[in-house]
Amino acid sequence: MSPRIAYIAANTFREAVRDRVLYNLIAFTLLLSGAAIFVGQISIDIERLVVINLGLTAVSLFGVVIAIFIGIGLVSKEIEKRTLYTVLSRPVRRWEFIVGKFFGLAGTLVVNTFFMAIGVFGALLYVTHKFSKPDALILVALYFIILEFLVICSLALLFSSFSSPLLSAVFAFSLFVIGSFADDLRGFAGMAHGLTRWVATGAAYLVPNFSALNVISAVAHQQPMSSQLILQNTLYALFYSAMALSGAVLIFERRNLK
Amino acid sequence: MAAIEILGLEKTYMVGFWRKRPKRALQPLHLAVDEGEIFGFLGPNGAGKTTTLKMLMGLVFPTAGTARILGHAWTDPEVKAQIGFLPEQPYFYDYLTAHELLDYYGQLSGVPGKDRKRRIEEVLQRVGLTDIKGVQLRKFSKGMLQRAGIAQAILHNPKLVFFDEPMSGLDPLGRREVRDLMEQLKQEGKTVFFSTHILSDAEALCDRVAIIHQGELRGIGAVADLTATVQGKVEVIWQGTQVPASMKALGAECHITGDTVRAVIPESQQDAAIDALRRERIRLIALTPLRTSLEAYFVEKLQHTESATEKTLGTAV
Amino acid sequence: MKTARQRTTIIAAASLAISMAACILLLRHIDRLRPQTSIEDVLYINSPKTIKRASLGFDGLMACIYWTRTVQYFGHRHFDYAHTYNELAPLLEITTTLDPHLLPAYQFGASFLAPKPPGGAGQPERAIQLMEYGIQNNPDNWQLYYNLGFVYYTELKDYRKASEVFERGSNVPNAHPFMKILAAQMAMHAGDFTTARMLWSATYETAREATIRQNAVEHLRAIQVDEDVTHLEALFTEFNQRNGRPPASMAELVAAAHLKGIPVDPDGDAYKLTPDGRVLVETPDDFPFITKGLPPGYKPGPPKFHSHS
Repeated sequence: MSPRIAYIAANTFREAVRDRVLYNLIAFTLLLSGAAIFVGQISIDIERLVVINLGLTAVSLFGVVIAIFIGIGLVSKEIEKRTLYTVLSRPVRRWEFIVGKFFGLAGTLVVNTFFMAIGVFGALLYVTHKFSKPDALILVALYFIILEFLVICSLALLFSSFSSPLLSAVFAFSLFVIGSFADDLRGFAGMAHGLTRWVATGAAYLVPNFSALNVISAVAHQQPMSSQLILQNTLYALFYSAMALSGAVLIFERRNLK
Repeated sequence: MAAIEILGLEKTYMVGFWRKRPKRALQPLHLAVDEGEIFGFLGPNGAGKTTTLKMLMGLVFPTAGTARILGHAWTDPEVKAQIGFLPEQPYFYDYLTAHELLDYYGQLSGVPGKDRKRRIEEVLQRVGLTDIKGVQLRKFSKGMLQRAGIAQAILHNPKLVFFDEPMSGLDPLGRREVRDLMEQLKQEGKTVFFSTHILSDAEALCDRVAIIHQGELRGIGAVADLTATVQGKVEVIWQGTQVPASMKALGAECHITGDTVRAVIPESQQDAAIDALRRERIRLIALTPLRTSLEAYFVEKLQHTESATEKTLGTAV
Repeated sequence: MKTARQRTTIIAAASLAISMAACILLLRHIDRLRPQTSIEDVLYINSPKTIKRASLGFDGLMACIYWTRTVQYFGHRHFDYAHTYNELAPLLEITTTLDPHLLPAYQFGASFLAPKPPGGAGQPERAIQLMEYGIQNNPDNWQLYYNLGFVYYTELKDYRKASEVFERGSNVPNAHPFMKILAAQMAMHAGDFTTARMLWSATYETAREATIRQNAVEHLRAIQVDEDVTHLEALFTEFNQRNGRPPASMAELVAAAHLKGIPVDPDGDAYKLTPDGRVLVETPDDFPFITKGLPPGYKPGPPKFHSHS
């Protein structure tokens, strides 16, 4: 594995940081602190629930927005701005470029999530004054959120490889919403007949299954998570990302850069 | 060994929204560039120069044809470590400083760590950017960006360098510097391939040139040879403002400028002209054979086939 | 000689295909590990108002989604012979909070919230609450009165209230004529088979949802059996009284009562006559809702739903 992928990833991370992406952490911190203080004051017996639900939902949503907004430009912006010319005139393979960008973006989100996690645990400590064992489940939820990010990044990159930033954003966001209802989509498909059933089933399986990765409610209610489920979800996220990235590579390899 | 061999590269685009029609950006091109020479790729805007370069860089895929660069297939990624490319009006990551950019590009070109540091300093000095190496590229002027572009093209000490319109947007001083740099590169044994539409630069720098127009190769050859075609005329310059009758009789075109007269006469009349001046005791200042300028050759090549194209234009695209 | 680009294309295409296959397989696995998927929200967020707020104004769409989940939930559990439907009431309440005009939901509630398990959730009071909420929000809909009266009649056996409700419903403009008829029937002949048959026929006619219709059909079949058994047992008693002894067989009873032939149940199987005068059906399992014709000590098996048209 050539180090070029690592170099591209590092540069993508640097670009995100210099693009002041990490400033979103400020908004996040304000939101979460405000909520924690507010909830702590009015003492309605569900402080823990509010902090975990709100915190994790914010981590997820902020991250998805960042993933989409940076991801859609990763390839198309470089083509438009022609910064790609001097990169591709070097021994960089086109697929290395895609993979490097992916890891750069994913890395940015992991770092972002890390800081947010500290915020969530901080807020939790503030309202409950001590940690209890089931709080470790929050880490599982965060892990699943990161898996979600991998999938979203790969999709954003896929769209960026052939579509304009605006369209890519629309596609990626639509898939995020539909993917959150993937269970229902499979349910619909099961109740349909004939050709519709085939098409719906196909779509239901190809759409990213975010509903399986969304365990925020369960974690808030301290439901345990089977290790089987964790393993399968990990594999699913990895394979799905691989699928989207393969698509991106196939498209980008054939693209004539004007 | 030929540094570049273009073997029939061609590019046809499909244009139009609904019913796509073919547009030929480049006819099958056959061209060879030797090692160690400065080769000029000339043509008006839209001739197909940039298309050719982009195909060689692997940015655009040819409709047909292949090429070899330094003996390897042009699609071989490894050969890219030995070539440098300066695109037309280059853009770089504007959130990086010049130093960071070169470091990144050095990494991608496979220049090892220690060497990289050294090379970056050398190259920055060479293009004159040492003072502002820590400034973000978004603050660079056009000339500075061009210099950064040259820096990244030669950073990894490539054997072959491609420049696409390297002088565009530069002031005369900048252009001089680029010309000097290209000369230096040649002296270092590198091959330079550059495209331009400014003929005086090509005339001054190139060993050989190729002329391309509307996607077609119109002419190729060594500059010396192309401009050696004496038109069969000589230019005579003498002191004074008089034009001797004998000169007129020779069919000379005379121009009077200040206190000198300039006349153009056929070469065969050369001796007769000198005699005429001597008889009149007019002081001869200069007698120079007229050489075809590259410009004239250029224009001729363009026009020559333009009339041919005009005939076929009615039936074409 | 393959170029680097061709190699990359082949590897990428293979990777795409393999990943896709792996994703689909994993998804099926994951589904099996998460059976409670569609009703997770309901388990944790019992308040319909919360869900309404969380819908960000897309109430209609969410209502449709919850309705689909409700039908699936019930269908799955019914199929698995479940005996509890704890989430049915919350699901219906959420659906109707999101869209109070989603009429099929009310009908579903009447058919399946009220009856005792395993046919339903066994919560007639909640069913009534749901109907009243529906009537409040859809005052011009006579069918909701029908559904409400239905619950009073079938589960609570409160015939007076049922009659009142049908009467109220009959006053709604465009009400179906049978509302008035049902109101009258309730008042006078509540326990009659005729009334029951009218009611279930009405449900069958007005329902579009498959499960509800099937349920109605099974009830109609059960009414037929109950009616037949009651009639036959009455004939037996009459024969006994007249002749001082029980009939030796069904054939003798048939001849004596001048019946057209051996009486058969809706499936076509003949009724059996026991020596002590009981009439039994051949296969009680095929008639989930009968109250007569069951052998002594009969324990109902898992409910089966036939496909009758």
